[in-house]
Amino acid sequence: MTGLSLLEGVRPDGAPLPLEEHLSLYGPAPPIRRGRGAGLELIELVEESGLRGRGGAGFPTSVKLRAVVQSGRRTVAVANGAEGEPLSRKDKALLRALPHLVLDGAALAARAVGAEEAIVAVGAGAVRERAVVAAAIAERRRSRLDGAVLLREISVPDAFVAGEETALVQWLNGGAAKPTFTPPRPFERGVGGRPTLVQNVETLAHLALIARYGPDWFRSFGTQEEPGSVLVTLAGAFRRPGVYEFDLGTGFRDLISVAGGLTGAPQAFLVGGYYGSWLAPDDLLGLSLLEADLTTADSSLGARTIFALPAGVCGFVEAAIVTRYLAAQSAGQCGPCVHGLAAIARTVASLTRGERNPGGRERLSRWLEEVNGRGACRYPDGAARFVESALRVFSEEIDLHLRHRRCSGSRARLLPAPAMAAQASGRR
Amino acid sequence: MSQSLKVNPIACEAHGLCAELFPEWIRLDDWGYPIVNPAPVPSRLDEHARRAVAACPTLALLASKW
Repeated sequence: MTGLSLLEGVRPDGAPLPLEEHLSLYGPAPPIRRGRGAGLELIELVEESGLRGRGGAGFPTSVKLRAVVQSGRRTVAVANGAEGEPLSRKDKALLRALPHLVLDGAALAARAVGAEEAIVAVGAGAVRERAVVAAAIAERRRSRLDGAVLLREISVPDAFVAGEETALVQWLNGGAAKPTFTPPRPFERGVGGRPTLVQNVETLAHLALIARYGPDWFRSFGTQEEPGSVLVTLAGAFRRPGVYEFDLGTGFRDLISVAGGLTGAPQAFLVGGYYGSWLAPDDLLGLSLLEADLTTADSSLGARTIFALPAGVCGFVEAAIVTRYLAAQSAGQCGPCVHGLAAIARTVASLTRGERNPGGRERLSRWLEEVNGRGACRYPDGAARFVESALRVFSEEIDLHLRHRRCSGSRARLLPAPAMAAQASGRR
Repeated sequence: MSQSLKVNPIACEAHGLCAELFPEWIRLDDWGYPIVNPAPVPSRLDEHARRAVAACPTLALLASKW
């Protein structure tokens, strides 16, 4: 069956696609029978499609669905649109333009796991997206589209870790939006103590298309091992930055030309967002948009964000600003993350000032190794990967800073470090 | 049955008793938080592991199996 790709339905004016247009364009979502075991058909389709989570971790979607449904208990579904990664825009873009595709996926996934409730979580600062989602839910209610599934929109704090799934669950349970120790994972014990399916909003939009057009259609994009398409946020020195849909397996050179090329010779790329890693252009340009490719370069798709660092800007100063931001965005719960990231950020900052501390580099390397795996969530691991890659890719800049106490690049502050006012522990 | 140890880093408050009682498996980082060897504890050291788990004031040191 031929079908539409994810973003094909986006209106030229960018306005949210109304329900009627959505249904006539993408076609109606197939019904799921009521009763025990009825959702398994959809889960099998998802399994055949090979869909993996588009939030960052890349976990197989069908495995998560099965884990929740196998509990045999009343369950909850959560569509995760928190998108706390400062560089990422793709989930917000999707929610803004195609809310019904996400809501279709949320309702379908809820029915597949036997949940009566599907919660759509959106960052508090994403005011427009929240309004679009709320209006879309009202539209669906009026036309009684989702039967027994109750859709709800809920805002979550705009902190980096608020979208981590245990943090999201704790927030929905009335606690702080901070990660919890696992086990139990949400699929075992989540919202209201019930087994909870947490899926990224883009993942659910893909699921809504797989339910319509089938796994073979989905597999006609991408590669055998990594099927389908992905939304990617391109930022920095692209001529036309923004959110794009690419088939997995697209070469990075092609990806750049789709975005109108680069504004000049880039110095480096940050792949995967602030959890990701810096790569020298020569190490990236021969690769394709595939986990298998990026793994060979010690990188990963992560938050599916690619930032191109333009010439004339000091990458190490940019990295130091992000490192400080990451240290400040720690949920503050685990000692190794709190103290380790703070010390790492201080040392990185001292390097940008050209300060030579005897044994400082060795200590920094040791800390980067030691924070790895020692938080309740993977936050310190991601932050350490970011810093390690910056030390590797910007080694020449670091030498310039140490030798001349300055570098030739300007301090452009291209990488956002949102104000720390919105903390994860705030009230609703 | 061999066991392995892990820390609940949210509960841990860096009292450091675990490293004191079981230095063969647990050392402290620069801020006093434990770094635990993830490998299974050999049975001859079981008693040390058990003692370290029991001594943690915040119940943050966990054994996978006894």
